[in-house]
Amino acid sequence: MQQTSDEVLIQRIAGGDRLAMQVLFARHHVRVYRFVLRLVRNEATAEDLISEVFLDVWRQAGRFEGRSAVSTWLLAIARFKALSALRGRKEAELDDDVAEAIEDVSDTPEAAMQKKDKGEILRKCIETLSPDHREIIDLVYYHEKSVEEVAEIVGIPENTVKTRMFYARKKLAESLKAAGIERGWP
Amino acid sequence: MNATMKPEPENDDIELLLPWYAAGTLSHRDAARVESALANDAELARRFELVRDELGETIRSNESLGAPSARAMKQLFEKIDAEPVRSAAPSVSFMTRVSEFMASFSPRTLAYAGGVAALAIVLQAGVIGSLIGERSKTTPQLASAEKVAPVSQGVEALVQFAPQASAADIAAFLEANKATIVGGPAAGHFRIRVAAATKEQTAEIVKKLQDSKVVSFAAPAN
Repeated sequence: MQQTSDEVLIQRIAGGDRLAMQVLFARHHVRVYRFVLRLVRNEATAEDLISEVFLDVWRQAGRFEGRSAVSTWLLAIARFKALSALRGRKEAELDDDVAEAIEDVSDTPEAAMQKKDKGEILRKCIETLSPDHREIIDLVYYHEKSVEEVAEIVGIPENTVKTRMFYARKKLAESLKAAGIERGWP
Repeated sequence: MNATMKPEPENDDIELLLPWYAAGTLSHRDAARVESALANDAELARRFELVRDELGETIRSNESLGAPSARAMKQLFEKIDAEPVRSAAPSVSFMTRVSEFMASFSPRTLAYAGGVAALAIVLQAGVIGSLIGERSKTTPQLASAEKVAPVSQGVEALVQFAPQASAADIAAFLEANKATIVGGPAAGHFRIRVAAATKEQTAEIVKKLQDSKVVSFAAPAN
């Protein structure tokens, strides 16, 4: 059955259609939540932020020009909100988050290694990438964003998108090697 | 330096594109370049398998994150309720309705399903054609417009639309070139009629079509 397109929903939202807002929310909120959660690393904050993201959509729908996909627009808003929230946190809180992340980095691939599960080790290594590298891996592989769309969401040139992805993958290969998996690349 | 080390990214554009090829989000042209390279380079094909592993595990990793609670939606609609009331919904534009046809095809689907893409373009072309027809009936004509030969008296050309061209791109392209789709698709090509009276004008218009990013092929029709 034909689904109402995101662009049609946005037009209806611009006219104050709450049902269209519900449909759009139902369609995208999980992916937006996961994207935000990766950035802020706190479930409650991520939930607060997605309601902020969709509230922005409600307010700005009339100005959406359709030059990019609605999902790309949503992720760009979400990224801005998440980074603003991170900047607003106290330094001590950020330090705690970083420490938590570093702790994950040091022991989870090893623990996975003991289980001899290559897929699990790969997942753990992906999760230990730096925020910039993790973000681009998620946008390309999970959110299915093209080079142009990633450039728009992250706000970097297209060539930088390609090289950042390359270096994220290179870092991942190094991390895998450290965990005992040699892939013969790079 | 390790003898097997790959050249730096700027020297190996194809390898840089592998993640997007795996995700199905490359343009038709780049996807064809990657496919050709994969068919002729066993080492590149092996590395592509590594990319596919990464893609699969990234999806699993994200899926393991779970979903937000109902609180997020409740919170959103409480905030929306506190917003000023809007006027009635505007009518949905024609182009938005056209885009509905395209919306159900994700980049990945389009990348792997040429047939589906062709069907979408047929639908698109039909509706765009009717749009231009409608506009010509309703739009007031400027005096200067009389200088342009009516499209019905013009010449025909064969074009193939680029896979990444959106409905809006194609509509704008047709309008900018005062063109109408009059036939097709046949072997992926559409027959369009453009306003031209002489061979020179025809050559000029075809050159303009060839330079457009919206079409991947253009030539005068017999």
